[in-house]
Amino acid sequence: MRRQRMAALTLPAVLLAAPLAAQTTVIRGGTVLTVTNGVSEGPILIEDGKITAVGGEVHVPDGAEEVDATGMFIMPGIVDAHSHIAAESINEGSVSVSSMTGTGDVVDPYDINIYRELAGGVTTSNILHGSANPIGGMNVIIKHRWGADAAELVFEGAPPGIKFALGENPKRSRGTPPGVQPRYPATRMGVVDVIRQAFLEAEAYRQEFRDYEAAKARGERLLPPRRDMKLEPLVEVLEGTRLVHAHCYRQDEILQLLRVAEEFGVRIATLQHVLEGYKVADEIAAHGAGASTFSDWWAYKVEAYDAIPHNAALMAERGVLVSINSDSAEEARHLNQEAAKTVKWGGMTEEQALATITINAAIHLGVGDRVGSIEVGKDADLAIFDRHPLSTYAVNQMTFVDGRMLFSREKDRAMRESAAAERADLEAKLAESEPPRRGPPGRGTPGPGAGPSGSEGGRR
Amino acid sequence: MNSERTSKTAATAGLLAAAFGLAAAADARAGQQEGAWVIENARIHTLVEGADPIESGSIVIRDGRIVEIGEVSAPEGATVVDASGLDVFPGLMDSVSQLGLTEIGAIAATVDTAELGEMNPHLKAATAIHPASEHLPVARANGITHAVVAPGRLGGFGGGGSGISGQASIVHLDGWTVEEMDIEAGAGMVLSWPTLSTRSFNPATFQPERRSFREAQEAYDKAVAELGEVLAAARRYHEAGSADSRRRDVRLEALSPVIRGEMPLLILANRAREIRGAVEFTKEQGVRMILLGGAEAWEVTDLLAEEDIPVILGPTQRLPGHEDDPYDRPFTTPGELHAAGVTVAFATFGSSNSRLLPYEAGHAVGYGLPQDAAIRAITTVPAQLFGLEEDFGTLEEGKVANLIVVNGDPLEIRTEVHHVFVNGVRVPLDNRHLRLYNEYRNRPRPR
Repeated sequence: MRRQRMAALTLPAVLLAAPLAAQTTVIRGGTVLTVTNGVSEGPILIEDGKITAVGGEVHVPDGAEEVDATGMFIMPGIVDAHSHIAAESINEGSVSVSSMTGTGDVVDPYDINIYRELAGGVTTSNILHGSANPIGGMNVIIKHRWGADAAELVFEGAPPGIKFALGENPKRSRGTPPGVQPRYPATRMGVVDVIRQAFLEAEAYRQEFRDYEAAKARGERLLPPRRDMKLEPLVEVLEGTRLVHAHCYRQDEILQLLRVAEEFGVRIATLQHVLEGYKVADEIAAHGAGASTFSDWWAYKVEAYDAIPHNAALMAERGVLVSINSDSAEEARHLNQEAAKTVKWGGMTEEQALATITINAAIHLGVGDRVGSIEVGKDADLAIFDRHPLSTYAVNQMTFVDGRMLFSREKDRAMRESAAAERADLEAKLAESEPPRRGPPGRGTPGPGAGPSGSEGGRR
Repeated sequence: MNSERTSKTAATAGLLAAAFGLAAAADARAGQQEGAWVIENARIHTLVEGADPIESGSIVIRDGRIVEIGEVSAPEGATVVDASGLDVFPGLMDSVSQLGLTEIGAIAATVDTAELGEMNPHLKAATAIHPASEHLPVARANGITHAVVAPGRLGGFGGGGSGISGQASIVHLDGWTVEEMDIEAGAGMVLSWPTLSTRSFNPATFQPERRSFREAQEAYDKAVAELGEVLAAARRYHEAGSADSRRRDVRLEALSPVIRGEMPLLILANRAREIRGAVEFTKEQGVRMILLGGAEAWEVTDLLAEEDIPVILGPTQRLPGHEDDPYDRPFTTPGELHAAGVTVAFATFGSSNSRLLPYEAGHAVGYGLPQDAAIRAITTVPAQLFGLEEDFGTLEEGKVANLIVVNGDPLEIRTEVHHVFVNGVRVPLDNRHLRLYNEYRNRPRPR
């Protein structure tokens, strides 16, 4: 099944990550915002990529690398439960069920947004399929191991998941692009029908295999049923081994999804966006779904018109585990500020606010035992800010992933200088080697007024 | 200014609500009262150049204006607001927004941001601002008291086409009608500067399109030349004098204040070479320019400082334009411009997100912009840019009473807005979000 492929992907990551992380670091000074155990003093001891001590008298082995965090605030690396970075493509929208696809097949380790978000303190991201269809593709959870290859980015051991989507996007409210065939469903009735039909198919498929196994056990010799790559991930959903992350907005569609899932004994892992979650918070809590929402976006479409910035706080008040996500390479760069908005709108405590971008998101993704808080035994994924991270003025100074400092303001400055020098060098060489031309043809060719970044390239 | 209209607001509120049984409207306006106000025991950040905050003082407001400030006692009959432990700042001004022009982005029927055609200098935002937009009370509740509303496709950087999209209007974010909201209907002429780009997206075919640099350059040069011709035509029209004897041309007429230097061109340009082009153009034409957007303004700080071109920066919280830009390029740009002596203001260029204005400014503080400059960039600076410094931007006797009472630094997200005064009246902080919050917070547990 799918697991084989995942194993093939993750094995090298484990092998490569281990030797790289085989070092000891101690972070001294600073205020430690553990998120799960209040505020503590340092030091933090990191060995082999894991946190091995927090506070108290720590025995630091000889040769340990020392990091001075005096006056700073150390928090767990930020976990973004909804992202679309580091993927070559995210929407297989030609069919209403695209569970045979997955972002794990198209990880782009060179996407600069991995680094940009790392600079904002993000260390784990849930790379989801888009919301073009009721049942979308499988997700992949990555760690922001900037510099690693695609396989090494994958968060080894994270439970697999899949994207579902409800409402305006899967019903294609804004029409289909020219030349594209309209596709069922076109209403919320159709969306919920597609999901139910898919679950029915998956159940029948699972039964086929069960019958086959039973017959085999009786000693009968049969050909095995034909495998179906669309249905296998959905069987895993039925079995509870693949997490459903469902894009949704309106309270009615949220309820419909919960009820259809319950019909098949499935628990929805997370409701994503879930902007009207505050209207059905009790029902969400009763079902046991997590809720991963935006801090304050609203009014960009009809189903976002009842969005309120108090959504996170209100759902939390009613017993829902809530995270704040980005769904945007830009927003992800200041999730600490987005979390601060839950304090302003709805009165979450500072610790609850920090939990929405760390431990809660980690639990949503099924990696709460590995990341999301500063605790002994957890991965040493940390962000170190110069002020309390809920301040608008706070600037992340260093980010650690698996105990390795993969970002620091200092390193970044040095890289800029060397990149600028290299660029100047290349430009000088180009100027020497080429006769002046009218009209620079493409990317990176310096022209009057083009400046160091006056190119047509880059991502827009 | 329209302070004489203000006193009608509250009285009309009660009448209307009673007449039509508009319970919601009555609630929404419940906090509004006419007459004099006094805000007492406040730490007053006047933002007057060189003046320290008044540690504990009062502000007396009458007929829409600040009439006294400092150690003064409450006049008889004034409604008292005790601001012990709180801070008073001038109301925040979103220097470019689309407040009131759009309600739900995805629904065209609710969007009046950009007209067809590339030459619409005669159109005014104020003619399409919807006073009942839910976005206004939402922005207001976070301290935005007045805003420049600009027509055009402002959201994208360089993707919105070029041309003159109309006149920006400055409005109070409160009023029963757009006339009551009015501060300055023709505050600036919005011009999306032509982009020199080899890539474009054709919405008709849903396909990206490419052209050679030479073609792009030729199209750019032609567009700039056409703009020059339009201004030349406006000049001839203006010089021909009285319009009595001939057919009026409202387009050319609308450009008159621009060529006379009375109305600034608000030029949306982001690429450095386009900013250079715009500066050169306005210099040749002898017209005033305020740069909007300015993503690559950091590349031309010297030029902007020398030519004294102010910049209303696009959102600080955006991605760098290029893959190899420093990750914090948009965060550091405001501080770099300020350090080089360029006048900087912030704007959201949006509507639903206008309430985020203080955080766009605040985000730049961590990356080098002095905190006081960041606050000025959303209060005093935009007032000056639009020639409103006599009435707005600082807390001084005689100024229009647009001010906010907050419990700390308005640039900090966790700071709460306690009172908002618009045009001398305390406006309710109630809004769509708060109503829904209160409604559903009180939802009984389901059986």
